[in-house]
Order: sequence, then C-alpha cells, then structure tokens
Amino acid sequence: MTLVEEALAGRVLERALSRGGDFAELFCEERQGFSLSIDESRIERPQSGTERGAGIRVIEGEVTRFAHVDGLAEDDLMRAADGLASALDGDGAEPLALKTPNSPILQEIEVDPAGVPAERKAEILRELDERARSAGSEVAQASASYNEGRRQVAIFNSEGLAASDDRTRVRLGVQVVARQNGTVETGFETLGEHRGFELLDGDPARIADQAASQALKLLGADAAPAGEMTVVVGGGFGGVLFHEMTGHGLEADAVQKGASVYAGKLGERVAQPLLNAYDDGVMPHEWGTGAIDDEGTPCQRTAVIQEGKLTSYLYDRLRARRDGVGSTGNGRRASFRDLPIPRMTNTYIEPGDADPEAMIGEVEKGFYAVSFGGGQVEPATGDFVFGVSEGYLIEGGKVTKPCRGATLIGNCLQALERIDAVGTDFEMKTGFCGKGGQTAPVGTGQGHVRIKGMTVGGTAV
Amino acid sequence: MTDIGPADLEDAARRAVEAATSAGASDAEAWSEGSRSREVRVHAGEVESLTEATGRGVGIRAWIGSRTGYAYGTDLTASGLAELAEAAAGAARVADEDENSAAPEPSGAPPEIEGLRDPAVRRTETAEVIDLAKRIERVALDRDERVTAVEEVVYVDEDGDAAIATSRGVSGSFGSSVAYAFLQAMATQDAEVQTGLGFAVGRSPKALDAEEIGAEAGDEAASMLGATKPKSRTCPVVLSERVTASFAGFIGGALCADDVQRGRSPFADRLGAEVSSAAYVLADDGIDPGGLATAPFDGEGTPRERTSLIADGKLLAYLHDSYTARRGDARSTGNAARASYRSPPSVSPSNLVIEAGELSLQQLLEKAGDGVYITEVAGLHSGVNPVTGRYSVGASGRGISGGELAEPLREFTIAGDLLGTLAAVDAVGSEIRWVPFGGSVKTAPMLVGEMAIGGS
Repeated sequence: MTLVEEALAGRVLERALSRGGDFAELFCEERQGFSLSIDESRIERPQSGTERGAGIRVIEGEVTRFAHVDGLAEDDLMRAADGLASALDGDGAEPLALKTPNSPILQEIEVDPAGVPAERKAEILRELDERARSAGSEVAQASASYNEGRRQVAIFNSEGLAASDDRTRVRLGVQVVARQNGTVETGFETLGEHRGFELLDGDPARIADQAASQALKLLGADAAPAGEMTVVVGGGFGGVLFHEMTGHGLEADAVQKGASVYAGKLGERVAQPLLNAYDDGVMPHEWGTGAIDDEGTPCQRTAVIQEGKLTSYLYDRLRARRDGVGSTGNGRRASFRDLPIPRMTNTYIEPGDADPEAMIGEVEKGFYAVSFGGGQVEPATGDFVFGVSEGYLIEGGKVTKPCRGATLIGNCLQALERIDAVGTDFEMKTGFCGKGGQTAPVGTGQGHVRIKGMTVGGTAV
Repeated sequence: MTDIGPADLEDAARRAVEAATSAGASDAEAWSEGSRSREVRVHAGEVESLTEATGRGVGIRAWIGSRTGYAYGTDLTASGLAELAEAAAGAARVADEDENSAAPEPSGAPPEIEGLRDPAVRRTETAEVIDLAKRIERVALDRDERVTAVEEVVYVDEDGDAAIATSRGVSGSFGSSVAYAFLQAMATQDAEVQTGLGFAVGRSPKALDAEEIGAEAGDEAASMLGATKPKSRTCPVVLSERVTASFAGFIGGALCADDVQRGRSPFADRLGAEVSSAAYVLADDGIDPGGLATAPFDGEGTPRERTSLIADGKLLAYLHDSYTARRGDARSTGNAARASYRSPPSVSPSNLVIEAGELSLQQLLEKAGDGVYITEVAGLHSGVNPVTGRYSVGASGRGISGGELAEPLREFTIAGDLLGTLAAVDAVGSEIRWVPFGGSVKTAPMLVGEMAIGGS
C-alpha cells in the first residue's frame, strides 16, 4: 500500500520547512468504512464512506502550526505546506533523508470485511434481532448495528521517519427495549476488535441475549439507593472506571499544565500495593491496538501503576520532548484533521488474587455495578462520574435486587486509594473515548474490583 | 489557499445526482460542502498550536425503489463521484424495502435569512484572533489571585458553503460562518484545584467579548474553592442556563419523530397531553438569525421554520423530516439535520428556544429559599436514558440559603425523570442566553420545585 510516494513526502517536508521550523511531519490517511443497522426488524441505513487526506505540522520552539486538507494529490499537499511555511520568515531547514521503513507488525486480518458481501452482514443483524426478540414477550424493541472501518496511515517526518500502519476494526452493537406494565428498560451490548470479519465467526448473536437479559432483569428493578457505600465493580467494561479515574490524569498534556491530580506524583504511592495497571497498545486484536501510534512511534506496553506506585505518564512526542523522555507511543489522532495528543490505547488493571464471589460475600451493604453506559472525569479536580447501566444491591454478602438509574461519583485519588480487592478474573471491552473534540477507539479491562466508600447517586434518597 | 465556492458545490451536487441515476438509482440526493477553518490554542500567554484547514466532500443518498443507501467521500472529480454513486446504489440494494422511504419533493421557497455569514471571519487576520485568545486568558487570570492558570483558551472559526441537489428538482446552496471561544480556568488554594468554564459563540470573532468569556471562567473557578459534598436530600434547585440547555437538548431529542414512532421516547403517544408545568415553553426555531443551526433549508432541502413544541403545559408537536412525516401522516418541520456530508440526514432539533420568564436569577434564588444552585452537570452521555427519560448525572454548584447563594458544592448527583422534572418547573428566568451545549439552545436559568440530590 502506498498512500503517498516517499519522494513526494520528502518534497512536502522540505517545502514545509523552507522558511524555518525545528520539526515537520506529514500524516497521510485513507479511511474506509461501511455500516448497516437493523431496526423494527428492517435492514436500514447502509452507508459507506471513503476519505483521503493529510495533516501537516511544523513545530518551531513550543509553537505548533498545523494544516489539513481533503485529498492526497501533490497540489493539495504542497498548498498546505506552503500555507504553513508562509507564516514563518526564517532560514530554511533541511529535513533528513527518509529512512526506508521497517514493515509494521500488523494485526492479522484473516477475512477483509470489505470483501464480505453486505448480505452476510445483514444476515448477522437479522440473527441478532431474532435472538433479542425471542428472549421474552416483554421485549418491545430491538435494534442493532454493524460497523467496519479501515484506516491506512503513512507518516513521514523531518527526522527521517517513514512509517505506516493498516488498521481494520469490526464492531457489532445491540440495544433492546423491554416493556412491562408501563415500565420501560433498556439493555445494550457490544462486540468489537481490531480484527477482520472472522471476529463474527461462532455465535456473535450471543450479545443480543446479553442485552435482552439486562433489559429484562431491570424490569423488576427498584430505584437505586443514594449515599456512600462499598461498591464492587464488574469485570470488562468496569475498566472504564480506571480509564476515567486514572488514565486521563496520566495523559501528559494534562499533567504538564498542572491540570491533573496526578501531576508531581510520579514514584509516589497512589493505590494499595495490590494494584498493578497498564496501558498496552500491543495487546493482540484489542480495540485500541495498533502497530504504531499516529506519530509513527511503535505502540508499547507501559506500566502505569506498579504495586500501588505511580510509574509512568502517557506521552506523545511533543510532551515527551518537554519532559526529556521518550514517547510511550500514545500520540493518537482521530483523523488527519486533528493534531496528535496523548491518548490511552488499551488500559487495564491486572488481575489480582481475590475470588470475585468472596469479594461480594464480605460486603454487608453495598452496590454491585456490573456494567456502565460510560463515564466522565475532570482531570484537574479529579472529580468523576459514571452511569451504571446494570447494577444491583448487595445485602448481607449477597447480590439481591436490581437497581435502575444509578450513577457512581467520586474523586480519583480517593477512590483509587480505596480499591481494596482485585479479582482473579479478567475481561477486555471496547469503548470510544472523547477528548478535546477527538474520538478514539480504546480498550478497557479488569476483573472484579472492590472500592470501599463511593457515592452512589440514585433517586431513593 | 484556493477555496471551493457555492457554484462549484452546486455543480458537484448536480453531477453526483446524475452519477447516481447512471449507476442505477431510481432517485438520488446529493449534499456537498466546502469550508475553511482556523483554530488557535493559547496557554500561559503563548500560542500552543495554530491550525488552518480546508475541507470539502459530498454525500449521496440513493434510492432503488423504496430501498435507500448512503455513501460519502472527499473526491469530487468525475471518477470520484462515479465511484461514490456506485457505492450509494450498491448500499441501497442491501437495505430492506421501506414504503415510507422516498426522495424529498421540492417544498416551497426557502426563507431569506440575513446575517448567516459575517465576512469579518475571513477578513480578520490570524494575529488578531491570537490576540483575542490571549486577552481572554489574561482576563481570567486577573479576575482573582487564586486563579493560577488556564488550561487552554481555544478559539475556532469556520466559513463554508453547502449545496443540495435531488433528482426531483430540489436545489440550492447557502453560506454561513461561525466563531467561538472557550477556556477552562483553574483556581488553587492549598492543595485544592477547582475549574471554571467560560465560552461565547457568534458569527465572527467581532461577536466575542474577551472580558465576558474570561471573567465567567475565572469567577466560576474561584467561587468553587472550598467546595464540599451536600447531604443527600430532595429539595428545590435552580438550574443554570448551561444545565437547562443540556436538559433542553435531551427533551428536543426525545421529541424527534423517529424515536417517537419507534416507541423509544418518553413523549411517545403524548401529543396533546400535559407534559410539563405551564412555565416551561419550548420551540424549535430553525430561522432565528442568532442560532447557529439556522439555515434557509434543512439537510434534505426543506425550508427551515419555527415549530412550537411545548406550551401551556401541553405537547404540541414532534419534529419531522420527510421520512417521519410520510410515516406519521404529518408534514416535515424542516428538521432533517446533517452533522456533515459524512452522515445522511436524520431528524434532529435545529435551535431549541425556551421562552424567557419574568424573574431574574436573584429572584429565582429567593423563590427557592433553601436548596441547591446547579451550575454544571457531568456524565450526560451515560447518565441520561433517552428511551425511558430517566437521568442521574454528576453535578456541582452552590448551596442556596435564605434565598442567597451560599457555600460551593461538588461531587454529588441529581436524579429524576424528564417528565417529572418538567412538571416541577416552577419558574423560568428572564436572563436569556445562547448556549452551545445540548445543541444550539437559547435558554435561561430555571427553578425546579423538587429534585433528588445524592451526596453524603
């Protein structure tokens, strides 16, 4: 695959630096996508897209100048490079000759989803729809969507880097609405990986059973309690808790501006010694995995918390240079239209030694948060909030009534410190993370995790 | 940089429709866009990044009988459009038949709306907007000595054109511009950090007042220092205009006919019924010159208009595009929205407008007596269920004690359901403002008689 010839890339970099600048980079991208949904048992909204474009940046001192264009023709690229150079009036700098890149180690894609007939994708959606609707007479609505996307990127910079990546992702999502005696509840489940269509081998419609079961269970739910209590968070998407509570605060842009409660805490104990956590961009086939980040740095596994001590922040090139360290391969961008910023890839808490059942068994009165709709954090203050999509009361060491409409709320440092048990189980889930107007696919994971003392916000005051 | 103009875009849309019919579509619609944008980020008195960009693209909706598909791309050459047209027609073949799916028909002349584009956007030098961003930061920092930093000031402007063409004879184009700025200020006291947000939107940088934007962020950050967690209880609350905008966004979304028709809205089957207190009056207004979603026509060429949604406590209308209108035996209210050429049109509010009441914020606080003033909510995307209307979100704000603003409060939740909250609106304030959260919303603070607070 060649998005842009190396010779042309070299000329663009030379032009971008023709009136000064310390660093220039050309990021080229081709994005292809296809999506399809089923709603009211009808296949609808088939949609395909192809975009080609480039982003060029020139860094001079601490100032980044950025231009992006739709299209990869020489004209488009040169126009953007000229625009950048025209803002400077110094002496030209000469980019280093581009080195022939090593072939990236790509995730194995057995079946290119773009080559699979759309009818097969429609068939899978019909299976999901049928499975959801057959889960119970209370199921009133089901809808599901299929998404495939391929991002081919090529990155060149004035330090001689030439690198590329080719990322294919496939994802299914299903939503179920259940209704009984005027009560309405919803359930949602997804399946997604950095993988080809083979992801959907086997029984992908199992996620319809899971979504339906969630909605049906909630029909009998009580209003969630409000107040402070012990919370046991389920595995998989429960990892969104660590993503929000800690991950965002470790991104070096926030840290360097003092806009993170983790600033200045490197090497300090921030959690109990039982806690180990990672950001890992090379986990095979996970949602946030890549060969390189969007600046050409190889993705890697970064230990961020070791035995309760904070061991690393997450860096892109710009922020790494400022701290005099190497990039951790976390310079990601939503597309060629965006500047790279430090972002998580796949973030998870390593399995611990507690038995999940015993973790619940030890709780006299608490809350069991099995799944989340999502969360949000303000890294500067550390305040976070999570919407619980499936939650239960814990009474006398037993999981009892389902609860609707619960939110977990707290402060990062306090909540992280209060994790007193990590389960032996482990699961990864897919998510979309928004930051500074950019959306990135991220993986989140963990086993069961118990937090002593967290505020549950429900309506039962 | 050279730009793509309205004539080129109209031509591209027309050629795209022709390409789609050549590719076997029985009907087609194309939407093309071209834009030029600029972004400045400032931190600690220095420019962090400076972005200049041009963009262009087209999306084609193709019908094969009553099946429809969509394809979009950035290549406007003849071969690029032919490829897109094939993709759109190919996509349509995958869809199931839907008797309500058809190309929109021409539906009257779009209104003339003045002032959608302010030429000052293109005329303002980048050095000037950099200076504006730096001034905003300085104002915030000078507001209070405890305001120690601004995470960043972001300034963005964009100027662009959009064009539509369909095989049924719909055609047109319009241009518009937007400029906005926002910042997050940080106030520090001992080890505590609090943040405050300031923002403004307009058609050009001339409409943005550095003093107001910076002061809002600085004051809010400083006022939150020393915040504690409130006791869990049910009490009167006053919602700031930022919060009422977010609520309006969810209500507007739930009034879109597609979710209503599919039984996924708390407002389904409630047309004509009582859904709120009489104090809450809501309209969708696609032609208010002050609104950022204002345009002569919507994403499928239907003229934009004003639709009264809730008045006298009653639900008066749902929002429609041509599909939901056909399905619901109604007429399109001109609410087919497109986020960009990258997505097909779907029903969405344009500008939501809440009717101002008579009480100032001070009077709302007095009327509340003792309660909580909510200035900010967090976690809306996961904390609000649009199907059931139930919500539970993170919040921060100030206590209200004896009708006056009191201690800062944070780390608590507010919870309830949309219909219950609407019924409990006691009064809407008189201080109206455009807020770009929850869409484009013209709103004011509000007093809600009773809301559940989850704290300690």
